[in-house]
Amino acid sequence: MAEHGRAPDPVPHEPVDPDVDLHVPAQRDELRRRHAPVVAAVSLGGGIGAAARYGASLLWPTQAGTFPWTTLLVNVTGCAIIGLFMVVLTELWTAHRLVRPFFGTGVLGGFTTFSTYATDIQRLVEEGSPRTALAYLGLTAAGALAAVWAAAALTRRVLAWGQR
Amino acid sequence: MNWLLVIVGAMAGAPLRYLTDRAVQSRHDTVFPWGTFTVNVAGSLLMGLITGAATAGAASTQTRLLLGTGLCGALTTYSTFSYETLRLAENGDRFFAAANVAVGIAAGLGAALTGAALAHAMWG
Repeated sequence: MAEHGRAPDPVPHEPVDPDVDLHVPAQRDELRRRHAPVVAAVSLGGGIGAAARYGASLLWPTQAGTFPWTTLLVNVTGCAIIGLFMVVLTELWTAHRLVRPFFGTGVLGGFTTFSTYATDIQRLVEEGSPRTALAYLGLTAAGALAAVWAAAALTRRVLAWGQR
Repeated sequence: MNWLLVIVGAMAGAPLRYLTDRAVQSRHDTVFPWGTFTVNVAGSLLMGLITGAATAGAASTQTRLLLGTGLCGALTTYSTFSYETLRLAENGDRFFAAANVAVGIAAGLGAALTGAALAHAMWG
């Protein structure tokens, strides 16, 4: 712990916002020259991610009033993948400038969803299943955070081990 | 046809998130991730409105797939939300990390409830 009460950031070069972080000079300027490719990459990725989420909802439909396992698994999986992806992208791989917009912002952002999560909780309460709603609220948040933390930590460890 | 509706909606929703996030960040340079907060709350409000309308029989399945599953689904994000929380905690901003989760979820839920209430008021 540093003197001013803050632990130093172990990975200061990783951005905070994986979608787009204007503190990163390259991301601040990514719309300056030609913005159409970046927006198109996000759009295309979003379409693919949302199609995968829709496919999952058709394969494993959730009955009214029951625990929305499919959305929970979609969100937790997307969080694990972004933990892995962002570490690889910042620590290991000097990727093409459209890779983050396409995959991180587009595919993973389109795959995971916050609006369905919020309305599922609201609907479960309305349908008279407040306990299921509360369990879903807590398990999704805990699962998502555990997944992103574990995936990022594991990827950093594997990369550090590979560099020895 | 249903797949196409979801994909078209998402192809608008995802870049809308990217552009909104940029616009918010360029106006407010803060530690708290207001950009992602904005899209998640706005998307939850719209999603509440659409599901409420669908329940009342005022929105078709097609509308729900295009604007709900597609647009709102891709406009909002859980992956960015949780990665930002992780990075805030690692930066030493534990307070902001905890606040991001608590405020983000509370506001998203409030927005979904508001949307559903609006739908109820408009379409019964």
